[in-house]
Amino acid sequence: MNLPVIIKFVIDLLAVLLLALGIKGLSKVKSARDANRLAAFAMSLSVVGLLSYYLGTSGIAIQSWIWIIIGSIIGSLFGAILAKKVPMTSMPETVALFNGCGGMSSLLVALGVAIFPISGGQENFDIFKSLINEVSISVSIFVGAITFTGSIVAMAKLQGWLSTPGWTQSKVRHFVNIVFAVASLIAFFDLINGNTSSIWLLVIVSSLLGIGVTLPIGGADMPVVISLLNSYSGIAAAAAGFVVDSQLLIVAGAMVGAAGLILTQVMCKGMNRSLVSVLFGGSLSAQSTASSGSGEYTNITSCSVEECALTLEAANKVIIVPGYGLAVAQAQHTLREVTKKLEQNGIEVVYAIHPVAGRMPGHMNVLLAEADVPYEQLKEMDVVNPDFPATDVVLVLGANDVVNPQAKNDSSSPLYGMPVLDVQEARTVFVIKRGMSAGYSGIKNDLFDLPNTSMVFGDAKKVLNDLIGELKDLGVGEK
Amino acid sequence: MSFISLLWVLLLGSLLGLELIGKVPPTLHTPLMSGANAISGITMLAALTLIVKAEGNVPLLIIGSVSLGFALFNVVGGFFVTDRMLAMFSRKPSNKK
Repeated sequence: MNLPVIIKFVIDLLAVLLLALGIKGLSKVKSARDANRLAAFAMSLSVVGLLSYYLGTSGIAIQSWIWIIIGSIIGSLFGAILAKKVPMTSMPETVALFNGCGGMSSLLVALGVAIFPISGGQENFDIFKSLINEVSISVSIFVGAITFTGSIVAMAKLQGWLSTPGWTQSKVRHFVNIVFAVASLIAFFDLINGNTSSIWLLVIVSSLLGIGVTLPIGGADMPVVISLLNSYSGIAAAAAGFVVDSQLLIVAGAMVGAAGLILTQVMCKGMNRSLVSVLFGGSLSAQSTASSGSGEYTNITSCSVEECALTLEAANKVIIVPGYGLAVAQAQHTLREVTKKLEQNGIEVVYAIHPVAGRMPGHMNVLLAEADVPYEQLKEMDVVNPDFPATDVVLVLGANDVVNPQAKNDSSSPLYGMPVLDVQEARTVFVIKRGMSAGYSGIKNDLFDLPNTSMVFGDAKKVLNDLIGELKDLGVGEK
Repeated sequence: MSFISLLWVLLLGSLLGLELIGKVPPTLHTPLMSGANAISGITMLAALTLIVKAEGNVPLLIIGSVSLGFALFNVVGGFFVTDRMLAMFSRKPSNKK
């Protein structure tokens, strides 16, 4: 062992340790920010380790330096700009985009090695070694391509650029995807047999498979899919690690892959859906409208903003239930103004955060934090549920399925068993909503029919603005 | 590095990942996903290796460079965006009381 090898060994070990500590720290509120920086530091450390190793052994040609610098500057610049500019509401699609690019990177590395086998290194040509090489190249391409196209489709769907085409809800899509999968397998074996050109077939069909699998998935399930794709990109990185013989890549990739799987599982649990039904079930609305009769509403009470303001003024305790509608309407700042007024009037205000409110777990926390809502006022579902009976007013803002009592009462409902917020226990519930359309699951919400529920129709931001006006007229928060 | 020992690395890395995040408050799901996502951009090391070993093969240099660009887009963007989210949580609550 010479010096560069030892240095790289030590740095790699340190980087793995720091990355592990980083992921660990990211799972606690207090340490999360430092942990993120620690992970970023570990990543740069690993680059230093790799470059110093090559400098100390084979040296790095000027030409290589030029391409390294070009690639890094362009990539980092775009990444940094996007990260700074993107609004908090479109976080899920941003993560999807970043994730897709990670997958693309693994794909390209594998492709590069496949087309132009890397010379140098310990090239003892035994068959076993080259077989492993081909398998890892194939896996890297396959997973990388699925990650890339899947993430891009997920992003496009969340952005509203893509809708769910009708045919993808029929059984045909399973057949189509099976064809893609089989074709990938054929390409894979052909590649191992030494037919290098079939690598292009592999790239194409696995890309199509990524699209075919993601396209039918409904909006509500997208976070789960993004999390799963995130796990895939870890696997792709690990596969790329086998391709270039890097333990660090394998460890980091495997860690992300495994952690991503756990996170996916946690999210599925929050929505009471199994991973299998998310992946192969298509969007929920397609099946549910037929089974659980999307019955008519019989007892809707609609009320004006003025009545809502009057009730709020008289309340002692108010719970806000935010949902995706709030994010869409960008109403978080307006909401904060309303709650500030209420607080100044001595009314206790708490936000009830359902684990899957919004399009991503934690989506609401991020959104409300942006509007300066104190962290302690955000309560998780299990903490806040016992509080509802002692609550005067609940304001449901753009949330729907997460407050549907069907999940508790109606065993025939597709939502049955999903943990929900028991808002109906409160004395009065106001649901601010654009119209009577169903939530993302496409299921009727029994809450709207309850006698203590009143609907306030309108865009969340507009209603909240009107509410501020009404509260002002009542003199709330002016003292 | 023999293939078998690389498999061990893979196995232990996966187990580590499974153990690392046992209980995560829902608040942190999005930042955690985004942070882990940034780490998956570690493929930048593979891209670097490709470029260094390309030895003047221009197409390979270009592939490596594009790959490096994608990976760094993932890494830099991912860490920045995670930091932005987390900065909101750690902001001192009620600075006007």
